Amino acid sequence: MNKESPAPILDRPNSYVGRTLSRDAAKRAVAGRGRYTDDINPARTLHAAFVRSPYGHAKILSVDVEEAKQQPGVALVMTGAELAEMCTGPWVGTLTCFDGMKSAPQYPMAVDRACWQGEPLVMVVASSRAAAEDAAEFVMIEYEELPVVIDKETALDPDTPAIHPDLGDNLAFEKTIETGDVDKAVAEADIVIEDTFTFGRHTAVSLEPRALLAEYDPGTERLTIHTSSQCPHMVQAVFARTLGLPEHNVRIVAPDVGGSFGLKIHTFGDEIATIAASVKLARPVKFIADRLESFATDIHARENRVRGRIAVTKDGKITSMDIDIRSGAGAYSQYPRTSVFEANQILNITGGPYAHENYRASTQVVYLNKVPTSQYRAVGHPIGNSVGESLVDQAAAACGIDPMEFRRRNVMHDDSYPRIGAAGIEMRDMSHQQCLETLVERMNYDALREEQEEFRKKGVQRGIGIAAFIKGTAPGPSGYYGAGGAPIATQDACTVKLEPAGGVICMVGVTDQGQGVDTVMGQITAATLGVPIESVRVIEGDTDAVPYGGGTYASRATAIGGEATYQAALKLRAEILEIAGVLLQAAPETLDIVEGHVVDKGDTVSRISLAEIGRIGHFQVFELPNHVQPTLSATHRFRLRDALYIFTNGIQGAYVEVDIDTGFLKLLNHWVVEDCGRVINPQLADEQVRGGCVQGLGGALYEECVYDAAGQLQNATLADYLTPMAGEMPDIEVAHIQTHTGVSELGAKGVGESGTGAAPAVVMNAVNDALRPFGGKISSQPMSPETILKALGKV
Amino acid sequence: MSEATMEISLSVNGEQVARTVPVRQHLVDFLRTEMGLTGSHLGCEHGVCGACSVRVDGAVVRGCLMLAVQADGAEVVTVEGLTQTGEVADLQENFVNRNAMQCGYCTPGMLITASELLRDPKPVTRAEIRDHLSGNFCRCTGYHAIVDAVEMTLNKRLEEG
Repeated sequence: MNKESPAPILDRPNSYVGRTLSRDAAKRAVAGRGRYTDDINPARTLHAAFVRSPYGHAKILSVDVEEAKQQPGVALVMTGAELAEMCTGPWVGTLTCFDGMKSAPQYPMAVDRACWQGEPLVMVVASSRAAAEDAAEFVMIEYEELPVVIDKETALDPDTPAIHPDLGDNLAFEKTIETGDVDKAVAEADIVIEDTFTFGRHTAVSLEPRALLAEYDPGTERLTIHTSSQCPHMVQAVFARTLGLPEHNVRIVAPDVGGSFGLKIHTFGDEIATIAASVKLARPVKFIADRLESFATDIHARENRVRGRIAVTKDGKITSMDIDIRSGAGAYSQYPRTSVFEANQILNITGGPYAHENYRASTQVVYLNKVPTSQYRAVGHPIGNSVGESLVDQAAAACGIDPMEFRRRNVMHDDSYPRIGAAGIEMRDMSHQQCLETLVERMNYDALREEQEEFRKKGVQRGIGIAAFIKGTAPGPSGYYGAGGAPIATQDACTVKLEPAGGVICMVGVTDQGQGVDTVMGQITAATLGVPIESVRVIEGDTDAVPYGGGTYASRATAIGGEATYQAALKLRAEILEIAGVLLQAAPETLDIVEGHVVDKGDTVSRISLAEIGRIGHFQVFELPNHVQPTLSATHRFRLRDALYIFTNGIQGAYVEVDIDTGFLKLLNHWVVEDCGRVINPQLADEQVRGGCVQGLGGALYEECVYDAAGQLQNATLADYLTPMAGEMPDIEVAHIQTHTGVSELGAKGVGESGTGAAPAVVMNAVNDALRPFGGKISSQPMSPETILKALGKV
Repeated sequence: MSEATMEISLSVNGEQVARTVPVRQHLVDFLRTEMGLTGSHLGCEHGVCGACSVRVDGAVVRGCLMLAVQADGAEVVTVEGLTQTGEVADLQENFVNRNAMQCGYCTPGMLITASELLRDPKPVTRAEIRDHLSGNFCRCTGYHAIVDAVEMTLNKRLEEG
């Protein structure tokens, strides 16, 4: 814990910071009063449906929409070519920070060639979604099928056709980094372990699909868009720029968002088309993706093959790690966030918890005729952690050292920060050792090993998994988006205002999708100002109201937005005390604010209430001398300075039972010890971790977007793409170590992705621990019963 | 071709209503668009996710797998109705206090499904609660908190007889 807190005001007794408080949004949700985009129905709303490519790759020879236009209720049929004419130009999903990266120009709907099954080709807008779908059946398109590129391993072979001939080949991006001397370390090692890992393609499966309602008013030329988004300002920039509209005329409102997980930091062609329809028709137009459209158009992620190698001394010291990644993107790099972050993050974080000084990572990202890939919760971490932690387990087994002890010998020491990690990135304020020892205690590790042994004697095969991790959270402007040229803010802002009756309005650029971001910002505001939480109202998700910000992505809301809120509240507090000082003829530094009242420091007797200050500051300003002009509003922006990320760390444990006859797996227990710095609301932090773990477990055990050789997605329904349900999931025990980050005064790091980042690694290690006595080993995910039986040589 | 319609008359949350509906409209589209009851959500429209769960004549059904015309003469209860009667006020309170939801999109379906366990409460294990809820997809919570909230409510009801 911190010796001297830079934010003592938050550490007062009974502070709202560090306390579990329930969320207002939860009270609405349980009553069925949530307000999601599809719940908003302005008069004269029309509905969009899309004709989408039935082929993985096809030339569009002709499009005939005449019959579709005659169908009942149809207001507009728009082709890809017509939409392209309304756009300022195609998207190109590259960022300048990724040297040599290339991607083909992409229009919101395909113009003359479809490059993945599901790509939008023609939009039909009608009086209802059903009418639009009916009419879409009458759109006649002639195609010429083209060869598809489906297999990432052969995508760069000379005889594989380039999906986009102008690019020359299917390579999106390649990169190699090296620190130290891996070849020397491998040559000198006692033990070298190599393995190849494969990871299936996933998608986010937010329960509320993508949703957008566009309302264009031709009189004022203002466009209001309600959309299920994590990043209102980013989508404002992309929508406005793509359609050539002034950004300040475009208002984005994100009402309740029914799950996001990174999916909803993106923009999609069908959304641009819907907005264009509203502009053209001057009527509200709504698009709600159905589940099939979600599978076939929401960003995909995770499809990677990684070759990994670890070198160790026989007494169990890691001397080097090296990995080679082949990452399967989609047909285009997703604009504007790109499709190469996942590979880049694998490269940044694999083996990240450990102190070895030799590391090499190379990656090639290749285009495939599949849905474009991009950022999905814990980008790259499930893969990098699974690779690194499996190699560590295999090395520990080869050395004959218990895997917990092996990690204890190799993690970066808690007193060694700041330091440069193996991938060359600065690490600070981390706690691998403390997390590990806490996990040992929480799992009752030695007793659990004994229990495992007892069960083995009875023929019951249980496995214990451990996975240490690092997690890049809250990226800074010197990194990818800022330096890469995208219209995505890495800083964030808060405006706090004292209202006339003493209420406090807190407006933030970060957004809530159920994590409790609004609750957390309210807690920080109330604790800093010294007001009851009930007097604070937080506003987020409306570009007309809140200061410009990046929104919520990459576990940044509390780390970045929280610090902005803390600092804004400090500024407002200072002004309130200054005005109180004038009114009370006291020095501001002798005053304090407690429960909405200005008091003498150390006292609790009200000298003047904030409601009084609000009244005087807004209405009876004559009571103040002329030189005092109240603002009673403060804005603060916060960004990281030089840091690429605020790295967090932690460790997970898992206890599983494998039925070696059926390959069925039972998850018995799951533990997480993580360090997200200062915890604002313990319950909300815990639930982020729990939900994140289960999302990671889903990917490790069940989920995969399966394509056939023709580029047809085979399982685009919730009945066929398996997600974790209550029956299969374990209870999850969560503990937090709180090493405050030194990059802010608040001290909070990100927490939302830590569960997802390491859960696949820990469950794979647990399964392999159970299989080890039988000589079985799994290196691919999802780990279906069939995978387990194959590893055991039974099928 | 004009859309085929039918007249139906049914009870929705205790109120008798009569409407002319397209014969192909499913029950939740009817509830959401005709009745303005937007608490029932659509997640998959093929009966897997449970977000559209409503009570029809006392039984919990997937509102997306039932046509509105099939509800002719039925008694339909949605989360709004359940809230109005106070039948699961304790469960709702525990959901809030335990933070048994994040985005809230699955919550109405979860509450309606869980209400079946509470109507005639019997002691059940956590595994049995998990089993009972395993037709309702939640992408946010990981289920642990939901199981806690249902368990707390059930135990309290058992205690109080």
